[in-house]
Amino acid sequence: MDPKKFAVYLIVAAGVTYLVRMLPLVLVKKQIQNRFVVSFLHYMPIAVLSAMTIPACFYATGHLLSAAVGFAVAFVLAWKEKPLLVVAIGIVAGVLLTELLFFR
Amino acid sequence: MRSSDFHRGLANGVPICLGYLSVSFAFGISTFNSGLSVVQTTLISMFCVTSAGQLAAVPIMLAGGTLLEMALAQLVINLRYTLMSVSISQKLDDGVTLPHRLMLSYVVTDETFAMTTAQRGKISRQYFYGLILLPWLGWTLGTFLGAVAGNLLPPLLTASLGIAIYGMFIAIVVPQAKHERPAALCALIAVGLSCLFRYVPLLSRVPEGFVIILCATAASAILAVHAPVNPEGGN
Repeated sequence: MDPKKFAVYLIVAAGVTYLVRMLPLVLVKKQIQNRFVVSFLHYMPIAVLSAMTIPACFYATGHLLSAAVGFAVAFVLAWKEKPLLVVAIGIVAGVLLTELLFFR
Repeated sequence: MRSSDFHRGLANGVPICLGYLSVSFAFGISTFNSGLSVVQTTLISMFCVTSAGQLAAVPIMLAGGTLLEMALAQLVINLRYTLMSVSISQKLDDGVTLPHRLMLSYVVTDETFAMTTAQRGKISRQYFYGLILLPWLGWTLGTFLGAVAGNLLPPLLTASLGIAIYGMFIAIVVPQAKHERPAALCALIAVGLSCLFRYVPLLSRVPEGFVIILCATAASAILAVHAPVNPEGGN
């Protein structure tokens, strides 16, 4: 990708990401009281991550079947509240085994 | 005392660092393969330090999206850090002065935030620096290794590793949804909407960055109205 175009994109992406982290830490001294804002921010992470995961993750491997198996493994491990690393290894292992079994 | 704070922070950062290594390795592979150079791929992780935001940023770059789309996507996807930073600001001791706040806020992530909430009492800057150092290094190094060595690995393995980042998202979403019914509902609404944008003919033309914004704001707003939480946290 063209270095100049890339640099502009990176500055915008990194700049916005930094500002949303930095401004509250520097400016906010009191707890937010507005109930809608607090609630909205409370639900935001799960909404963002869910929307980014489904359906995109089913197309991340090249085969719907292997991605679905990986997803199922990760879901079960996450349901059992295993650590992040274990879930990440689980989803990869599920995909890898399915690919080896059915697509080789 | 202070140097022991630093060491305690380092120790707390080790598991985060290991998780980041694997996930960022996958990001490195997929981003390099999508057409960015090794240096570009690594710079994204070094300066953004945000999994979901980066994953959304790359397609916008490659599709030649507008800077407004990029800024809005990053704003909405990363808006959660605002709440985390607000929360952290309440816990910092007097030694965390303005210059330190400017530095430390750079690596406020889901996982480092989670670790600070687990601390009893105030947090010193020494602890915070210790906490974020290894995760930041791991995130950057993992991305670099993925971009460099990803293509030395068998294609089967790299295709499989690409899904690892979703494993991290699932690991964060599912336990919260399991314990908190409104959060589960919120996740279902967001998923339903994102499927609509994927499969309904006209909607599928909406740029990916905006899809995430629309799904997330709609789902969060619906739940914020119908199942508001207390300002102190919890339902």
